[in-house]
Amino acid sequence: MLFGFPLLSLVIWLPILAGVAVLATGGDRNAPLARMIALVGSVAGFLVAIPLYTSFDPLSSGMQFVENHVWIERFNVHYHLGVDGIAMPLILLNAFTTPLVVIAGWEVITRRVSQYMGAFLIMSGIVNGVFSSLDAILFYVFWESSLIPMFLIIGVWGGPNRVYAAIKFFLYTLLGSLLMLVAFIYLYQVSEGSFSILEYHRLPLSMASQILIFIAFLLAFAVKVPMWPVHTWLPDAHVEAPTGGSVVLAAILLKMGGYGFLRFSLPILPDASHQLAGMMIALSLIAVVYIGLVALVQADMKKLIAYSSVAHMGFVTLGFFLFNNHGLEGAMVQMISHGFISAAMFLCIGVMYDRLHSRQIADYGGVANRMPVFAAFFMLFAMANSGLPGTSGFVGEFMVIMASMKVNFWYAFLVATTLITGAAYTLWMYKRVIFGAVVHPAVEEMKDIGAREILVLAVLAAAVLGMGVYPLPLTEVMHTTVDDLLAHVARSKLQ
Amino acid sequence: MNFMLPDFAPAYPEIFLLVMVCGVLMADLAWGDKKPGIAYLLTQLTLFGCMLITFGTSGPDAAHTFSDMFVDDTLADILKMLVYVTVSVVLVYSRPYISDRGILSGEFFSLALFATLGMMVMISASHFMTLYLGLELLSLSLYAMVALRRESPGATEAAIKFFVLGALASGFLLYGMSMIYGATGSLHIAGVSEVIEGGVISQGVLVVGLVFIVAGISFKLSAAPFHMWAPDVYEGASSAVVLFVGSAPKLAAFGFVMRLLVEGLGAMSGDWQGMLILLAITSMVIGNIAAIAQSNIKRMLAYSTISHMGFMLLGIIGANENGYSAAMFYVVVYVLMTMGTFGIIMLLSRAGFEADRLDDYKGLNRRSPWYAFIMLLLMFSMAGIPPTVGIYAKLSVLQAVLNAGYTWLAVLAVLLSLIGVFYYLRIVKLMYFDEPETDAAIAPKGDVKVLLSANGLAILAFGIFPQSLIALCSYAIQHST
Repeated sequence: MLFGFPLLSLVIWLPILAGVAVLATGGDRNAPLARMIALVGSVAGFLVAIPLYTSFDPLSSGMQFVENHVWIERFNVHYHLGVDGIAMPLILLNAFTTPLVVIAGWEVITRRVSQYMGAFLIMSGIVNGVFSSLDAILFYVFWESSLIPMFLIIGVWGGPNRVYAAIKFFLYTLLGSLLMLVAFIYLYQVSEGSFSILEYHRLPLSMASQILIFIAFLLAFAVKVPMWPVHTWLPDAHVEAPTGGSVVLAAILLKMGGYGFLRFSLPILPDASHQLAGMMIALSLIAVVYIGLVALVQADMKKLIAYSSVAHMGFVTLGFFLFNNHGLEGAMVQMISHGFISAAMFLCIGVMYDRLHSRQIADYGGVANRMPVFAAFFMLFAMANSGLPGTSGFVGEFMVIMASMKVNFWYAFLVATTLITGAAYTLWMYKRVIFGAVVHPAVEEMKDIGAREILVLAVLAAAVLGMGVYPLPLTEVMHTTVDDLLAHVARSKLQ
Repeated sequence: MNFMLPDFAPAYPEIFLLVMVCGVLMADLAWGDKKPGIAYLLTQLTLFGCMLITFGTSGPDAAHTFSDMFVDDTLADILKMLVYVTVSVVLVYSRPYISDRGILSGEFFSLALFATLGMMVMISASHFMTLYLGLELLSLSLYAMVALRRESPGATEAAIKFFVLGALASGFLLYGMSMIYGATGSLHIAGVSEVIEGGVISQGVLVVGLVFIVAGISFKLSAAPFHMWAPDVYEGASSAVVLFVGSAPKLAAFGFVMRLLVEGLGAMSGDWQGMLILLAITSMVIGNIAAIAQSNIKRMLAYSTISHMGFMLLGIIGANENGYSAAMFYVVVYVLMTMGTFGIIMLLSRAGFEADRLDDYKGLNRRSPWYAFIMLLLMFSMAGIPPTVGIYAKLSVLQAVLNAGYTWLAVLAVLLSLIGVFYYLRIVKLMYFDEPETDAAIAPKGDVKVLLSANGLAILAFGIFPQSLIALCSYAIQHST
């Protein structure tokens, strides 16, 4: 442990400062400099996050690397940071993704480079803040702030319908979070003047107020995850966003919703969580089964992966509300693994889009003939997306299916159908795009991936395989926290 | 009967200002042709002098003078300081704009100073007559300022609308005050409060008087359904005048509400709470929804003002110190945002060109990334998105509302402000997502450049460190009489 050293602050503010430095390089004349600073900043951001893992004490269930200073005295708001076994892996995932996004946009983004790179770096720092805040207002500030860079990324560098997608993304997310703010202020009143999240964990609450707060939180987090039926912004946002935006959206921003359930809904409102678990499970199952079928019929690759994200996140919310060890850990593993896989899938689509400027499955076919190396990578990620054993996609799904079997056979049955639909929509898409004869002359022109793209995809491939074969390093750090959380949720807070 | 000379000390800033206004007029008359900048310079010096005097004469205790018609307390000192700063910044932003339009004359500045004097008297009033005097001085100066662009039919129309409706509202107010006087037998704010708390007088007349007073106040605040003048005045008057009308007078109006409703009629809070809730809700509904349909940015901002004033009123509904300081914080933040926004509007306007269509903001990020960024901060702050200061303004008010037990009202306010976010986002969309229509260079002068940048960064800085501003407002409210 690095006592006294504000490691988390460094993890948050280093990328933000680097982002400001990138912005300061100004116009596109200085684009090479902007790219360089962005790369150095994002890699440094990852390097400073590594001690969070290496110095983490997996046996302690409390918050680690804690920093606590008074921030806004009037409302007793603190700059209170700390991570546990749930937050820490997510911070690492975020810090890990940022350099990949920077590298992926290296040559592709030619317009307003400094603003593009700066937005991603600033967002990376903000998201680290979301995962490490232990004060509700601090959390809220980071949570909402993350909307601004994403809004600009979709709107400035996005596709033809980007304005609609950006505004929809912003308003949808904001609707949920504003009610969350009201819930926070309500808790502030009930707790007699505290915004401390850990304080809220201990706060006794009546059933009626628990249910109301649960609904307010649910709107915020369900939109972000996104759960059925508030998922409709996601396909729009993904389709219009530039590749980097889709990667961060799928890999990181969706996890904020899942994290919110674990940090707020379950521990603050255990009784309401139990009471409403049936509804949550039903919504999750609809996401897994129905959205899986929706994904099957998509003609647009990005849309297909967006729907598959919704289905995969259904596993996550299902795992949370089964209230057992495997379910929760499986959901956590699924979140991290989905971070890798969805990032990789969107990057692969981005690779093809850069060459052909189309996302329609029908415009491709026979890509393997022209891009064999790429096809191999894409194959691996497609397999992982459909949950093949040996890849990280399998571990989380398997754990959640096992956990639901303990609770109810039919849950397990329904959720296991994803092994069929998931494989069907991913592999069918893969087959139509990659295999077969080259029918479109444009595909004939496509060049195989270069060193920069290989680097990005190889790093992700290693992560996906590594986690699939040996997930212990990940489950080990979250084990104590998950046990502790489950014990906490099992205790009623009613008086 | 002995004649006692009143103690002038508490009113030194007002006296100084009055003397200086005459000086500005004379100086402009004498040297205005040769040195057109002299009125501007003197005005800024006057405001600076007022700052020093107010700072020098401020003390922890309230000082009453002129037979208790005038009070100088902490709330007054702090509000006046904010007014000076606001007026001063407003004039800096306005100078290039009015200079381009040929109204850089003594009249503009002396009217601005007279209006400032009116605000100061309002803020320091402890008697119905003083309140009314200050209000009329402010209003009449504003009517004249709106009409200053004689060649523009729009401005004349706006001035007449403003004047007629304003006179009507003043009439309401006066009528209400006379009823309160009839019921309580006192015109002193403290006296009125004492009699009402004594509880021997009939409620009927009092409540009718209160209704008229609240109607008059909501006109001045441009709260719906007494808001109709705002969009027309904002659209018709020149941007410099709109900035003036929309900024500092809101601070004075807040002082006015505090003196009249809280200090005078605080014992009737049960009665005015309900009225204010209604006003707040209608303002937020009308303001937010009507703003969406506007294609003129000034008109849009008028509706945005209406909704902001509705939100601010929510803070007062709590009828406790917590709520008042939240409302005051909201007003201060609102003024900060309005200044910046109109600063940008005037920055984009050139001689013979008003940047008042929404489309004029297209592609601002291409033309000037820095000012686009400042406008971005301002718009997100108006929408209440962190990390800008707007979120804390909303947070304090919502906290006050929940503290007063109106959970439904907080939820409603939040949902209505979500509608508001849309039209602020639209400006960001125009600036960042669209291509510019013109490539005209944006090259502000040194002082505007520095102040506007500082204004924009203050939105961000207070968004990260809001404590000082919040503490100032709590301090002002806690130490007022």
